[in-house]
Amino acid sequence: MMKDMSAMTDPRQPPAPTRAPVFELIEVEKVFQIRRPGAGLRRDTVGLRALDGVRLRVEQGASLALVGESGSGKSTLLRVLLGLDAPTGGRALYHGRPIREVRAEGPRFARDVAMVYQDARGSLDPRMTIGALIAEPLRHFGIVPAGQVAGRVAELLARVGLPADAAQRYPAGLSGGQVRRVAIARALASEPSVLVADEAVSGLDVSTQAQLLTLLRGLQRDMGLTLVFITHDLGVASYLCEEIAIMYLGRIVETGPTDAVLAAPAHPYAAALRAAAPRFFEPLPEPLPGEIPSPLDLPPGCRFSGRCPMVQPDCQTRDPQLGRHGEGRAVACLHPLGAA
Amino acid sequence: MTVQAPLLSAPAARRRRGRRSIFLRRPFFTVALVVAAGYLLAAIFAPWVAPYDPVLQDTNAMMMPPSGAHLLGTDSYGQDILSRVIFGARYALVIGLCSVLIGAAGGLVIGLAAGLAGGWVEWALMRLIDSILALPSLILAVAFIAILGQGVDKVVIAVGLSMIGPFARTVRADVMQVRVQGFIEAAHLMSIPSLAVVWRHVLPNVIFPLAVQVTIRISEAILVSSSLSFLGIGVTPPTPDWGLMIAEGRDFVSFAPWMSAMPGFALALLLIALSIVGDGIREEVDPKSRRGA
Amino acid sequence: MKMDAIAADPLLAVTDLTVYRGQAKILDRVSLSLARGETLALVGESGAGKSTIATALMRLLDGAEVEGQADLSGAGDLLALPEAQMVRLRGRRMSMIFQDAGAALNPAYTVGRQLISVLRRTMGLDRAAARARAVDLFTQVGINDAEARLSAFPHQLSGGMQQRVMVAIALAGNPDLLLADEPTSALDVTIQAQIVRLILSLTRDRGASCIFVLHDLALASQACDRIVVLYAGQVVESGPAHDVLTRNRHPYTRQLQGCVLEIGRKDLLAPEGNVPSHDQMPEGCRFATRCPRALPHCATEPPPLAAADPARTGPLDHAFACWNPE
Repeated sequence: MMKDMSAMTDPRQPPAPTRAPVFELIEVEKVFQIRRPGAGLRRDTVGLRALDGVRLRVEQGASLALVGESGSGKSTLLRVLLGLDAPTGGRALYHGRPIREVRAEGPRFARDVAMVYQDARGSLDPRMTIGALIAEPLRHFGIVPAGQVAGRVAELLARVGLPADAAQRYPAGLSGGQVRRVAIARALASEPSVLVADEAVSGLDVSTQAQLLTLLRGLQRDMGLTLVFITHDLGVASYLCEEIAIMYLGRIVETGPTDAVLAAPAHPYAAALRAAAPRFFEPLPEPLPGEIPSPLDLPPGCRFSGRCPMVQPDCQTRDPQLGRHGEGRAVACLHPLGAA
Repeated sequence: MTVQAPLLSAPAARRRRGRRSIFLRRPFFTVALVVAAGYLLAAIFAPWVAPYDPVLQDTNAMMMPPSGAHLLGTDSYGQDILSRVIFGARYALVIGLCSVLIGAAGGLVIGLAAGLAGGWVEWALMRLIDSILALPSLILAVAFIAILGQGVDKVVIAVGLSMIGPFARTVRADVMQVRVQGFIEAAHLMSIPSLAVVWRHVLPNVIFPLAVQVTIRISEAILVSSSLSFLGIGVTPPTPDWGLMIAEGRDFVSFAPWMSAMPGFALALLLIALSIVGDGIREEVDPKSRRGA
Repeated sequence: MKMDAIAADPLLAVTDLTVYRGQAKILDRVSLSLARGETLALVGESGAGKSTIATALMRLLDGAEVEGQADLSGAGDLLALPEAQMVRLRGRRMSMIFQDAGAALNPAYTVGRQLISVLRRTMGLDRAAARARAVDLFTQVGINDAEARLSAFPHQLSGGMQQRVMVAIALAGNPDLLLADEPTSALDVTIQAQIVRLILSLTRDRGASCIFVLHDLALASQACDRIVVLYAGQVVESGPAHDVLTRNRHPYTRQLQGCVLEIGRKDLLAPEGNVPSHDQMPEGCRFATRCPRALPHCATEPPPLAAADPARTGPLDHAFACWNPE
């Protein structure tokens, strides 16, 4: 995942047609100006660093899991990837060009990068039928001639495992799992090459979750989709995605092939997450002490040092950068596990 | 494929059952609906239903108490009160409906503009609405009448204008609520142009609550218009308007109480019926409870 | 040998608990037992009725008709006691931890005030003693700087801290039965582990029993001694965690286990279909509509809860309800 990016940082260079990454983030930083907590009526603001030096590369056809707890900045990263927020520092590129720029040019980006929201129900207009909801992107992007819209809607419904008569119903009449299927069908309607999903299976029953995960994996394989999947569940990441990026407090702390990273995590935070995931009959793991600190009040040095079980004296003074760690892996730790 | 065929046929059945039973589940609503429908029919078919011409003055039958010939009695000009009440329903409903529609249309435009524009446009519009809302709609209507003059059409306009404020406020609140919903962001993400988003996604989600507001506020419009007539600055005599009739009977209340009481009772009954119907509709069309096609 | 003594005098014995909501039977003859000092997991998917059991036992269920019996040792039938006695039991003998601590705490009062009022009511302490005990409890649930945190309002605390406060409040009256309704599902994974361990260690220290309502079988296997698997309001399998998970006999337990995403797992057994709605619930085994091993009579005759091992038929032993077990 780490790379020599000198070629990609030149904006005039046309993207290489074959091997250009779909998304590339170079030292991306996002600072929100917020009112200082407890400032009362005063209007002074303070910068909240939601993303800090994020480097990420998503290749065509890859499946990447972005894993982190609340406050890790994964939702902000998602908004940057979708061009909804502009990074305040660094560069966010889509096929070698700034995402915001590509997005402003027209519907091409919107058509190519589809999104499945965490709140699937909220992302569907309650006053529209399922058929109308799925037809909207079909008409908007002119995917099929007007006469074939109904047929394509039926195809998409079948593809996500919903019966054809669901088209006449409203979102309020569907179960949570069915609503997620509709959201997936709607995302697939524009024939995207990239699917971005934000916690698309969280909050569901395990059997519904299993149904959706099987569906998503099948879709990704059959359609050759590039998948960026945000989740807090390592089991989901390991099932669905070949690559993983683990975030902590606005920074990617470890990235690499999912199986390799989860088999032998190098960052102590990744190891703690790995240990906290429920496993049959394993004794309950020793949990990490404390909670994620506020991004307004970052500890000096490594941001994980306050909770790290293997903290060393220099961790409190030096801030580790994401650096190469074995084949295709990178870790942001001064004393990665298994290195000694 | 995970088909839930039986599940999907269930809501249709549930819906049919729901529609049949709403009248059983809400007995007050049913009664109110029948009453309101009765008023509506009486208004539409007034010339055939009313036993007398509402403006026919019979000097032989002045201030007659209710009797077989004049079911609700007669007034000081010898006009049949029942006939005047029936024709009065025409004016009440026409004025109420038209003025509410004016108010809703104006409120929709201002509320949408305020809710979507943001910035100083929103600030200016909201301060305007606030200042309108500071005055009760009756006072406002009186002010508009003072500018426009008297007459049925003037009353409609005056009452309609006076109701723009409250409508604009609720529309704006709905717009603000809809604007932050996930489906609006999803539409923007799909690069659907802003105007299309407003037309396709914002408007339908605002219109339905507005339609419910309209049914609820018809009674307020009727009340304000009757009050204007009662004050003698609304509809001009001898138009059979309830407010006017109550005002005319005021001087005779000690020995001919039916003159004021009958139109007053008609007015009160209609207002109560309309507000029960409005509340019932509001509870029924709540989108959260809407299921199936 | 200890097991027999426990079985003879369980802390809680629920028999044929049935709950109707309108026409729908949301719990169907649920029976379960809980030994003293034991941790029991109620596992199932949404609509299985696991939270309903907990709220029914606390008698906090509104608008539902409850039948059956729930004997709490030394108190009598929880479902038949007069409300005045229930009020005395809540907090002292049994208490409950909710999924959403943020919603269960009153936003208008400081957490200290809420804990102190519970302490004064359940333990009859005066203000100063209650305050000292509150500081003590906050320290026990792992809240640093307990003295200062007493004057915090719920919204000033993180989700994990709010749940710690809830645990402190639930344990304030030293109850011997703790009902924890998905206490960690709203929390981040690293915080989840903290809270589960906290609840387990505090209940063990006090010799209290705990019923965990969970949807995660793997977590249940890690945290609990015994597991009761529920499907659509019926107990389908129950028994010691190890038996239920390694020697399970009911097809649903197997299916539920097949959906658990352990890290590294690449084969998911996604079941077909959904739980039937209440107006289409089969008369017999409610799982019959989705069961790969269903026989013709499964949908019409309810299978009884039978012991897995004929030699071990105690209320705490492995049992399942299936006509055609695995």
